[in-house]
Amino acid sequence: MRKITYREAINEALYQLLEDKKTVLIGQGVTSPWYAGGTTVGLLKRFGQKRVIDTPVSESAITGVTLGSSLTGSRPILMHPRMDFMFYALDQIANHAANWHYMFQKLSMPVVFWSIINRGGEQGAQHSQALQSIFAHFPGLKVVMPSTPHDAKGLLIAAAQDNNPVMFIDERWLYDIKGEVPKKKYIVKIGKAAIRKKGKDLTIIATSYMVQEAMKAAEKLSKENIHAEVIDLRSIKPFDEETLVKSVKKTGRLVIADGGWKTFGISAEISASIQEQTFSYLKSKVERVALPDIPAPASCVLEKAYYPTEKNIVAAAKKTMLGKERRA
Amino acid sequence: MEKTKISGKILLQVYQTMLKIRLTEEKIADLVKEGEIKTPCHLYIGQEAVAAAVCANLKREDFVFSTHRSHGHYLAKGGDLKGLFAEVYCKATGCSGGRGGSMHISSPENGFPGSTAIVAGTIPLAVGAALGFQLKKQKNIAVTFFGDGATNEGIFYEALNFAALKKLPVLFVCENNLYSTHMPVSECLSDTRIYQKAQAFNMPAKRIDGNNAIQVYETSKQFIEDARKGCGPAFIECMTYRWRGHVGPNFDIEKGLRSKEELDGWIDKCAIKRLEKLMFGKKFLNKQKKEVIMQELNKEIEKAVAFAKQSPYPDKKELLKGVFKD
Repeated sequence: MRKITYREAINEALYQLLEDKKTVLIGQGVTSPWYAGGTTVGLLKRFGQKRVIDTPVSESAITGVTLGSSLTGSRPILMHPRMDFMFYALDQIANHAANWHYMFQKLSMPVVFWSIINRGGEQGAQHSQALQSIFAHFPGLKVVMPSTPHDAKGLLIAAAQDNNPVMFIDERWLYDIKGEVPKKKYIVKIGKAAIRKKGKDLTIIATSYMVQEAMKAAEKLSKENIHAEVIDLRSIKPFDEETLVKSVKKTGRLVIADGGWKTFGISAEISASIQEQTFSYLKSKVERVALPDIPAPASCVLEKAYYPTEKNIVAAAKKTMLGKERRA
Repeated sequence: MEKTKISGKILLQVYQTMLKIRLTEEKIADLVKEGEIKTPCHLYIGQEAVAAAVCANLKREDFVFSTHRSHGHYLAKGGDLKGLFAEVYCKATGCSGGRGGSMHISSPENGFPGSTAIVAGTIPLAVGAALGFQLKKQKNIAVTFFGDGATNEGIFYEALNFAALKKLPVLFVCENNLYSTHMPVSECLSDTRIYQKAQAFNMPAKRIDGNNAIQVYETSKQFIEDARKGCGPAFIECMTYRWRGHVGPNFDIEKGLRSKEELDGWIDKCAIKRLEKLMFGKKFLNKQKKEVIMQELNKEIEKAVAFAKQSPYPDKKELLKGVFKD
């Protein structure tokens, strides 16, 4: 199959989605050639400014505008080029979109909040944040984080076709990654994890960019005869408990790698949920690889210390392998 | 006598809607006092002319968005009375199935997609609905009702800018009832001429007497017609007054938030009485006809209350259902 980049996969998904006249793409920089990492290239020319709408820096109202538009039957995809600015949009997402169907039992707000994590490069605390855990906290909001070009396309299409608000979070660190992507329009089901590598000794559950690091870690571990099973969570909420539990029951050891903060983060929730169902199978305590409880620093030296990599995952994995097995 | 070219039929419709809102809200106030209704109710008594006269210019397919103080807008847009009473009783038969309560009512089949309690929160929703109509080349418009307090929120300004920028068919209706919860408007806004804020966004904006149904009708009619033609958004600041406190049936005089003289002055300016006087003068209405209207409305309200009381509460088994739409 042909291979394209993650960036191109998103672009292709947008092309195919916009073929449906109900779909509108709206957000800061959707008509800019560089703003959204090149993902929206060509769309303005093909679909026109009525359906590819660039906006002023008004995250709060523009988010509300997409919600209101969805009530008339539109299917908006709202691009937030940098997740840090989405705190402005939080009221519309949490109070309105996420509550709407439950509050009224009739209409829902089927909007895709496409949110881009854009970090590294000495951007500092306000241009680096990965806020998946905040959005995963609200009932009524689905959250997906694709790690491959294939899933970027399939999950974006699934999110756009869902009858509910979906947070689609991607990461600029993934944009140059190449992978096999079918040309046709297809979906990746929301709520299903993917086993990226089979293994018997421990389970590594990773999200988004951390899947890349987890795969490298698994490779290193296998050289030391430790066989890790790597699961790409893909869908943060709802998450695929069945696949996760099955794997942990098999391996008895779990490392969770997430690119957000450790404290009250995705890794905390996954850890708690999985141990609730696998307690008697666990051979060691659950290890977590995530960001320390500090804002993102700017200096590249500090950045390097801040962001976890395969090394941290390898170390965490080895910790779970240490000592006697808790249960025979 | 006041002059108007509005037909007797339309005036009667506006009058009946105002009266329906007044009697409904009075009934809800009583039921809150009796402890029958527990959901926090923000009553619309005193402001009826705004909802009734604006909505008289709307089609069913037009959208209206409202706030925590939304019973009047819901009824004026054609929302079902039984559904409203059942919802404030938080019963399964309520317009939001007992999930919403007083502040979250909806009637999408009548172009009332939902009211929400976050101040200014529905303003961008109306702008978005207008964008949706524009995209589909529909001639519908969206109206957003909000209070003076909402103009202190940042999202208000963002929404006005975007609506004007894209020439969207939306009418902003600010009901300036002089109080933002307990605070007089002059203690909240550096400039209380709210309509001028809208003018700054390059859209037509007027301040009118919100207790004058004729003026509200005529002003909104013009703006709505213009919006349908593609002239873009407009803004009306309706000067009015809520007789009751921010929330609940009390008058907020006992709390020392405002004076009895001030309240009495506004009660004298009752919009319903004012319209009634005009209609009597024009012979669109007489004592007998008024009596019949009152009786019919009271009967309808009694029926709706009985319906609400008899209705079941939502089943506990339903608690986890309906977070997502299938």
